[in-house]
Amino acid sequence: MSNQPLRRKVVVSNPQGLHMRPARLLVEQAALFQAKITLWKDEEPADCESFLSLMTLGAECGTELCLTVEGSDAEQAVEAIVKLFDNGFYEPEGAESE
Amino acid sequence: MKFSDFISVPAIRSELTSDDKEAVISELVQSLLDAGEINAEEKDDIVAAIMKREELGSTGIGRGVAVPHTKHPSVNKLVGTVGVSGDGVDFESLDGERVQLFFLLVSPPERPGDHLRALENISRQLRDDAFCRFLKQSKTTDDIKQLLDEADNNQFAS
Repeated sequence: MSNQPLRRKVVVSNPQGLHMRPARLLVEQAALFQAKITLWKDEEPADCESFLSLMTLGAECGTELCLTVEGSDAEQAVEAIVKLFDNGFYEPEGAESE
Repeated sequence: MKFSDFISVPAIRSELTSDDKEAVISELVQSLLDAGEINAEEKDDIVAAIMKREELGSTGIGRGVAVPHTKHPSVNKLVGTVGVSGDGVDFESLDGERVQLFFLLVSPPERPGDHLRALENISRQLRDDAFCRFLKQSKTTDDIKQLLDEADNNQFAS
């Protein structure tokens, strides 16, 4: 458990940015892991298990965030979170994707 | 972005009377109409769009708070209102709690950044328990406006 936290850069790639639905998806994913998952925008941390915390990032499309994950299942957690970012939170293109 | 940048003060409602989801959304959209923020002929369409968004997952975010919202081409800037319901409304929130405090937002489709900055501001302030509690206890529009002003002046969350 004394391992260094894993770090990855992730980029918000969906046009609508990290709005409420992507934040929900992140919270749901984070809850599946024991690891502590944090997203950083510059120096500002957001607890990935807290919806309000994620929303305060105000991360628009193109924003680069730093993901840090610490815990016994950190590797799996990183994989799951990175996948959400890489797939643009599975949002369809267009105005309906609120 | 501050509350004063997007909350229409004449649309603030301190005593919502509706007791179900669609009715309270309609009541809040009507408040924007009464305040001259949206056009009368768009009201039904805006209510329908907000309900459609709710079908994707409730915007009841817990703590007795909901942020119903939609994009709509009839507005050329982000407009929003705040409503307080004394008894609360069943909004199918994730935590199952009734919603007493509503922030309703209508934004132009081509401005996703403004929507995010409004959500960012609302979320930041709601993390302060006192702000949340005082808003729910507000009895008048002036009470609400004063709390929003204080939040804008950084008297709650950092």
